[in-house]
Amino acid sequence: MTRHIVARTTEIPPGGNKVVDIAGRDIVVFHVNGEFFALLNRCPHEGAPLEKAACVARLTSPEPGIYQRSRVGEMLRCPWHGWEFDMRNGQSWFDPKRVKIRSYPVAVERGDELQKGPYVAETFPVHVEDSYVIVEV
Amino acid sequence: MSEIIDRPLHDDEKPAASRLRIVDCDVHPSLHSTDDLNEFLPKRWQQHLREYGSHLRTPYLFTTPYPRSSPLIARRDAWPPTGGPPGSDLAFMQKQHLDPLDVEFGILQVLDLFIFSQQNLEFGAAIQRAINDWQLAFWSHRDPRLKASILVGQDGIDLAIAEIERCAKIGEYIQINVSPRANEPLGRRRYWPIYERAQALDLPLGIHVGGYGGHAPTGGGWPSYYVEEHQSNAHTIAAQLASLVIEGVLERFPKLKIVFIEGGFGWIPSAVWRMDQHFARFRSEVPHLKRKPSEYVREHFWFTTQPIDEPDEARHLRSLIEWVGIDRLLFSSDYPHWDFDDPRFAIKTPLTEAERKKIFSTNARAVYKF
Repeated sequence: MTRHIVARTTEIPPGGNKVVDIAGRDIVVFHVNGEFFALLNRCPHEGAPLEKAACVARLTSPEPGIYQRSRVGEMLRCPWHGWEFDMRNGQSWFDPKRVKIRSYPVAVERGDELQKGPYVAETFPVHVEDSYVIVEV
Repeated sequence: MSEIIDRPLHDDEKPAASRLRIVDCDVHPSLHSTDDLNEFLPKRWQQHLREYGSHLRTPYLFTTPYPRSSPLIARRDAWPPTGGPPGSDLAFMQKQHLDPLDVEFGILQVLDLFIFSQQNLEFGAAIQRAINDWQLAFWSHRDPRLKASILVGQDGIDLAIAEIERCAKIGEYIQINVSPRANEPLGRRRYWPIYERAQALDLPLGIHVGGYGGHAPTGGGWPSYYVEEHQSNAHTIAAQLASLVIEGVLERFPKLKIVFIEGGFGWIPSAVWRMDQHFARFRSEVPHLKRKPSEYVREHFWFTTQPIDEPDEARHLRSLIEWVGIDRLLFSSDYPHWDFDDPRFAIKTPLTEAERKKIFSTNARAVYKF
């Protein structure tokens, strides 16, 4: 696994995302409520681009007429057929045993900490005073 | 059904390397706004549209009875960057759909204004005529891959025949489209003049699901939810297939070709088995039928693939395709709608190259004579 610096934290607004190419893989990095998640930018069903997915809440209903929202913004709804996935691990909501989007470990680190490890920063120079999103592939 | 994909795409999965040129039998263009029609619509009907709007049996103007799963039932990635609704920008449609998926021919299916369901028949005929002109001027003439259909409302039969004759003289249209939700089932004699013209002109009859003719969309009444109503497309087409066969339309018009669009095909085997079984028992009720219902279906009807069924076991889809008949299926994507089928991934069962070629290209080329 190599750690890749893919963005400054300020570059991806809350609710937004950034698509990056890492070793030939189209990977989309989401920013949700201060956390970052990286997933393959491709729905496992028919290949839709997940960068266009809606970031929705988990919606459950214990009985008809009662609805509960939770984990706002953490569920991905595919832009085509509406399949839903958990952004934290890529698991499908309706068929978690068989369907999954590949997800990648993400970390946020300060520029001065990045001096230490093996990182690949392909697109921009790193400044010690900023924070960065790191994806492991 | 799905694997977890964590690898670069193979060449044959990449859009540019799509090896098979395809015919897409269901592409939805959209009006940028109803002003697009002004140049094709007489002043009187422009004013009517402005002052009174559409005449539909739906609860509010420009709405459907069911809230849909996404705005304008579109893919979320299909909104043109230049603005306007999905399907309204030819350049974007070319870039997102026609070019990367190597679409050799795309058949336009216009749903704007629910033009088949207009209850003011003269207004309906005026906007059908305008839409028929708009398809050529805005689409076919700008991209010859895109083929136009003659849209007519069959409940105004004299107006429909006049429009078919007008368009046939222009000569660029590849099928005649009517609604699956008219005032009566499609096999009824009041609609036969359209079938007579279709046969004489050698144009297939195209029937795309949708519209609201005023009847409940299911035999059981009005569904409560969109997910429930969506099933009714198949019910409607099944009822129309039975009507066209049992009323004797194919006996009367033995060269008629009929294409059902977006009605699925999973229900066809059981519908045909049952019709044949009943025909064996009750044929004296319908002595005008000379052959088993399945024979008419296998000779006169074609079905587009989308929305394709996705059984848990791939081999079940394979059996289904064989029961319906490889020769009966025409690939369709439904671009840019949310339930779009990507030709590279939609049919989740193995097919031979020869079979793929039929479903994705040569069946449609034979029906439409491309």
